Amino acid sequence: MKRIITATVQDRAGVLNRVTGLLQRRQFNIESISVGPTETEGVSRMTLVVEIEDEQRLEQVTKQLNKQIDVLKVSDITDKAVVVRELALIKVASSSQLRSEINGIIDPFRAIVIDVSKESLAIQITGKPEKIDALLELLRPYGIKEIARTGLTALLRGHQPQVNELAHHTLLK
Amino acid sequence: MKVEAKKLEVQTSTEPMTGADLLIDLLKKEGVETLFGYPGGAVLPIYDAIYRARGTIEHILFRHEQGMIHAAEGYARVTGKPGVVIATSGPGATNLVTGITDAMMDSLPLVIFTGQVARSVIGTDAFQEADVMAITTPITKHNYQVQSIEDLPRIVKEAFHIASTGRPGPVLVDVPKDISAGFLTAEPEEASINLPGYQPTTKPNPLQIKKLADSISKAIKPVILSGAGVLHGKASAELTALAEKHQIPVVTTLLGLGTFPADHPLSLGMGGMHGTYAANMAIYECDLLINFGARFDDRLTGNLKHFAPFAKVAHIDIDPAEIGKNVPTSLPIVSDTKEALTELLDQEIESPNSAEWLEKLSQNKQEYPLWYKHDPNGMCPQWVIEAVHKVTNGDAIVATDVGQHQMWAAQYYTFKEPHRWITSGGLGTMGFGFPAAIGAQIAEPDSTVVAIVGDGGFQMTLQELSIVYERNLPVKIIIVNNGALGMVRQWQELLHGNRISESILHTQPNFVKLAESYSIRGYQVNNQEELITILPEVFAHNGPVLVDARVLQQEKVFPMIAPGKGIHEMIGVKP
Repeated sequence: MKRIITATVQDRAGVLNRVTGLLQRRQFNIESISVGPTETEGVSRMTLVVEIEDEQRLEQVTKQLNKQIDVLKVSDITDKAVVVRELALIKVASSSQLRSEINGIIDPFRAIVIDVSKESLAIQITGKPEKIDALLELLRPYGIKEIARTGLTALLRGHQPQVNELAHHTLLK
Repeated sequence: MKVEAKKLEVQTSTEPMTGADLLIDLLKKEGVETLFGYPGGAVLPIYDAIYRARGTIEHILFRHEQGMIHAAEGYARVTGKPGVVIATSGPGATNLVTGITDAMMDSLPLVIFTGQVARSVIGTDAFQEADVMAITTPITKHNYQVQSIEDLPRIVKEAFHIASTGRPGPVLVDVPKDISAGFLTAEPEEASINLPGYQPTTKPNPLQIKKLADSISKAIKPVILSGAGVLHGKASAELTALAEKHQIPVVTTLLGLGTFPADHPLSLGMGGMHGTYAANMAIYECDLLINFGARFDDRLTGNLKHFAPFAKVAHIDIDPAEIGKNVPTSLPIVSDTKEALTELLDQEIESPNSAEWLEKLSQNKQEYPLWYKHDPNGMCPQWVIEAVHKVTNGDAIVATDVGQHQMWAAQYYTFKEPHRWITSGGLGTMGFGFPAAIGAQIAEPDSTVVAIVGDGGFQMTLQELSIVYERNLPVKIIIVNNGALGMVRQWQELLHGNRISESILHTQPNFVKLAESYSIRGYQVNNQEELITILPEVFAHNGPVLVDARVLQQEKVFPMIAPGKGIHEMIGVKP
């Protein structure tokens, strides 16, 4: 199963190495990881998407992460009400004749063109990973030259619904 | 936790103080009396500071970094205090790797200082540069690289705090040469610990204690498993009190030997791969398994499918990550073992109705004791351990390597007290025993310390013979010499179709002459009479002695749970 795990960490040398090294040693597969500063100075937040086979392994990974001295808090937010975003930059082969056609495709996705050259377009899209996957599928026939994705980042929603409502909100089940 | 900064008292001298001087001062403030060290280029400033501090802190120069870190482990095991290690950069640091990993696996507190090349050349593949931070990240509880002299007081304080609290472990501090050689520009400030991500839980949840109390009163076949967490919690007395109060039998792990008196009527002995029949069957058949501070290592559990299959499992551990890692646990209690045991002793618990169970276990003990058969062709290694036990009255500190001799020592040197047994459990390190015994002897100069080692393992760290001579440390070295890597040979014989592949040591040094070349008394013994004759003088001698005890090569450690088998599927339980 795919799980979204967030970890707030002390912004110290080697902390990313510590976290990824730990996951590698305990044989957890990291699908994506994004890191950046938080509202507190000296504290960074990591958002990891990991593939884990069962609950016991999931418990192990959060406990092992928590054990690290530089890790402040670990949460598995997969089953919480969350907002999730990823950003992707996509370079698509495009002659000038195709530009408006591609624009028509990306518009409903609220994606924008951020660079234009004779042979290509660079498109920026933000959203849930599935949305990005969907746009990529539509653009594929035109010839995708390059993709750069940030990996997913997430926040808990301000209002957390009661447990019985949660099923509607979960993302990755 | 932030505390008001205070001025740190430092030595007053006309010379400006270096980072290294500050480091040594900080170590003294932590109460460090002994440094286990080896100098080199990147730690020259630290050795200058040690020179200046001579008379106020003792430095012991080992002959190899692996020897000195195992000695620091032995020191830590006996005292419960962090062993402090100093090594140079590059090869000095990489030679420590085995010892650091060993300490990590067996939760021993160490604070290790490694030299590093100057910050200006880090990353340039400078002479004797190694990426010690990356190398040691997975094998330390935590590590630091000092980036400014001002950080030293905080880092040293945190390093000792992390190493010795919670679940103990090794902490490494990498000190670039320009930091140790650099001069202080201002009076150093008293540091405070700033570790918001490190707050070990030491007190048990009262609700969980109530539940455990309830489970104890309902149990019919309860068993206590006592592990190294009882050592770290210094909770042997409480554990014994609980077992006696409610008549609960006790199995100890390999590292937990001594946490419960082996000669106690409720003791079932050691469990696991080479544990007793009584201990292993108790774990198999019990309906309540109360684990105090053991991590359910695979050498204890055997095949997890058959481990305590009928039991409710309670696990008391200071490290939450150990609970539920290998064995599903219905009663998790994150706590220091002493705190939890004290709480339990305060509970009104109706003692379990376990008379029938105790009767059965006692029958098992009588019917399936540990056994070996004397052989007219030579000396049995098990008998050697029994003879050493007898002459030392079972009171010695015993250190071992890994392998057959280790298992025989665990089986036949019945420990009455905690902190007398020093062995490499988790990592299983050959070459550990002899230097660890040196560390124990340094910690307790007046205690009898015996290194029971194999002929293979001893040859990995025997260079430390220099130290026992130089310091006249009266360590008694008993080489259980079967001319083989015995445990490897045993597995090859039993599990690999008797293909004895590269596990016989065809040539060996003359160990007596070897000892003599270090000015140490040496004996070679080939049979029981010879051993009985010399042992009293060996232990009466106030200095180091080496005994090369030639034993039968084909002797095997039994009982044994073959890999993949369940804890109830022992072989060799009877002659």
